[in-house]
Amino acid sequence: MVFTLALRNLLHDRVRLAVTLIGILFSIVLVAVQLGLYLGSSRMITANIARSNADLIVTTFGAKSFEDGGLLLGDRERHQALATPGVESVVPLVVAFAEWRKPEGGSSRVVLVGADADDQGLLPWGLIQGTVEDIKAPDAIAVDSTYLSELGVNGIGDTAQAAGGRVKIRALTEGIRSFTQSPYAYTTLNRARQLLGADDDKSTFLLVKLAPGANITEVQNDLAKRLDSADVLTKDEFESRSLKQWLFRTGAGLALIGGAILGSLVGTVIVAQTLYSSTKDHIHEFATLRALGSSRGYIYKVILAQAGLSAIMGYVLGMIIALIILYLSRNSSLPLVMTPGLAFWLFALTLFMCAISALSAIVKVTKIDPATVFAR
Amino acid sequence: MTTTPVMQADNIVKELGSGAGLVVAVKGVSLELVPGELTLLMGPSGSGKTTLLSILGGIMKPTSGSLRIADTVIDGLSAEDLAKVRREHLGFIFQSYNLFPTLNAIENVRIALDVRGIKGFAATSRSEEVLREVGLGHRLTNYPRNLSGGEQQRVAVARAIASSPSIVLADEPTAALDSENGHAVMALLSRIAKEQHRSVLAVTHDPRTLGYADRVIRIEDGRIVGEERRPEGIDAPEITDLTKRRKLHA
Ligand SMILES: Nc1ncnc2c1ncn2[C@@H]1O[C@H](COP(=O)(O)OP(=O)(O)OP(=O)(O)O)[C@@H](O)[C@H]1O
Ligand SMILES: [Mg+2]
Repeated sequence: MVFTLALRNLLHDRVRLAVTLIGILFSIVLVAVQLGLYLGSSRMITANIARSNADLIVTTFGAKSFEDGGLLLGDRERHQALATPGVESVVPLVVAFAEWRKPEGGSSRVVLVGADADDQGLLPWGLIQGTVEDIKAPDAIAVDSTYLSELGVNGIGDTAQAAGGRVKIRALTEGIRSFTQSPYAYTTLNRARQLLGADDDKSTFLLVKLAPGANITEVQNDLAKRLDSADVLTKDEFESRSLKQWLFRTGAGLALIGGAILGSLVGTVIVAQTLYSSTKDHIHEFATLRALGSSRGYIYKVILAQAGLSAIMGYVLGMIIALIILYLSRNSSLPLVMTPGLAFWLFALTLFMCAISALSAIVKVTKIDPATVFAR
Repeated sequence: MTTTPVMQADNIVKELGSGAGLVVAVKGVSLELVPGELTLLMGPSGSGKTTLLSILGGIMKPTSGSLRIADTVIDGLSAEDLAKVRREHLGFIFQSYNLFPTLNAIENVRIALDVRGIKGFAATSRSEEVLREVGLGHRLTNYPRNLSGGEQQRVAVARAIASSPSIVLADEPTAALDSENGHAVMALLSRIAKEQHRSVLAVTHDPRTLGYADRVIRIEDGRIVGEERRPEGIDAPEITDLTKRRKLHA
């Protein structure tokens, strides 16, 4: 009966129900979009690190992100790393911003990623045209199809200039987006060094694989001791460093999280308002319930059920709209991301929001004097 | 016939308002209710009937005096404990029915069982049973707005007796009803008292109700000023009287 009464109370005033649902829907969509952007950004920022075939990553000292490594590591570091017990392999990787000159004139920037396919260190993924073999060609480069027009090229076979030399598009990927808005361009290790004018032993990162059975923390500490001009990080550590750099030093993440908090506050206020006025409208019925001997808890349950039912309806509607926005954003340069985890937390947030909203209504019914039932 | 009272009030005093607006609405009322009787509480407007009924129903706390409902002396009980006493021993009927407009007849009865923890099939079948008892077997799923005043009050009666309380309290149950419906509800209350051996107390200033009473308590200015009891062995002598009145009214 608690749910029956709660549902009937809700349906009794359709306009108010609509306002409630729009309030919840608005906050769900806002929070979903903000957190979806946050997740989407996080994935973009960490994708290359996550895809790297490494247990530990050696970076130049203080490298803030994947794009911030410089080209400072050389053979000395590589050999020192290789000589460390527990290390099985050390694969160099070059990553640097580079100027991209379009064939029709004009320029933009790319993040040049140089890695040898045979090293299995870091390869472009999501290839839709061309193969990993194609990228081994001396002038080959792979870019993401989303950025073709931005790079002033049409597709496979087009040439452009990257930093100091010509490159030819030999492969296209799908889904490799860049948070910095400078597209990633994948080429071979040596070609990257050439284009960037770097010595042929230089690299940005060293991807370290451990020998079977080696203890990762021990090797990490050992490496850190030997390589005093470098940082030795696990993938997780490097990912969170990159996230910190792009999402928090730049304020982008805070804006997204701030938007999400604002969204939930607005929703809470709207729901609190409508629930309170609904409770006020039905106060005589609550007083009757009380006179009939219901416990306070019973009445709270009715109000919480009203809040909960609103939450469920608002959540479903909100998620439908959020998923539509998500779908529409899939080809944009910043696609939203929705995960089961996020969907769950959004639901938890909605319930929490509605429970908080119920407080003012609950305070109201706590003050009910059942004696008012005779006063009519 | 001597029966143990199911309710006993001793020297109940109730002050309402404060300061210059202080009103002593009930000025030392003592009374007992026994099972199997329909008692009427009659008196002019403002004499304190509703106030007294609220106190007897454990809804309002008296300023002083003592009240026992069934086995419980309720003086000084908390609001939650009072609610429990109401749940366990009392049924209420109000002048304006106080049905839930968003619930149909059977649900209106069920909710009174629901607050008592009676749910599911037991609650549905009991609700149907009492609605049939009050003659609404054909109106089970009607909403209050689709019921006449008399029918609504009968739903309220069904709700009041659904949990088989030992005491039923009614405040002006016929005031909003026309003559015929008023009589039907009074007859119902009288039957509830007799056949189900409950104690029914109805506040009224409607003379049409007199004929159904086993006992009439008169209250004026917060004090009991008289009490009449129908002589034992005589079956509702006033009923004839009342039939005449009904004709007069018609
Ligand atoms: N909240 C209140 N504050 C102050 N005085 C009150 C309050 N409620 C009732 N009264 C006064 O208490 C007295 C008794 O009121 P009560 O409602 O019990 O009378 P009643 O016999 O039920 O009258 P009626 O037949 O008109 O319903 C009246 O004088 C009324 O004005
Ligand atoms: Mg009154």
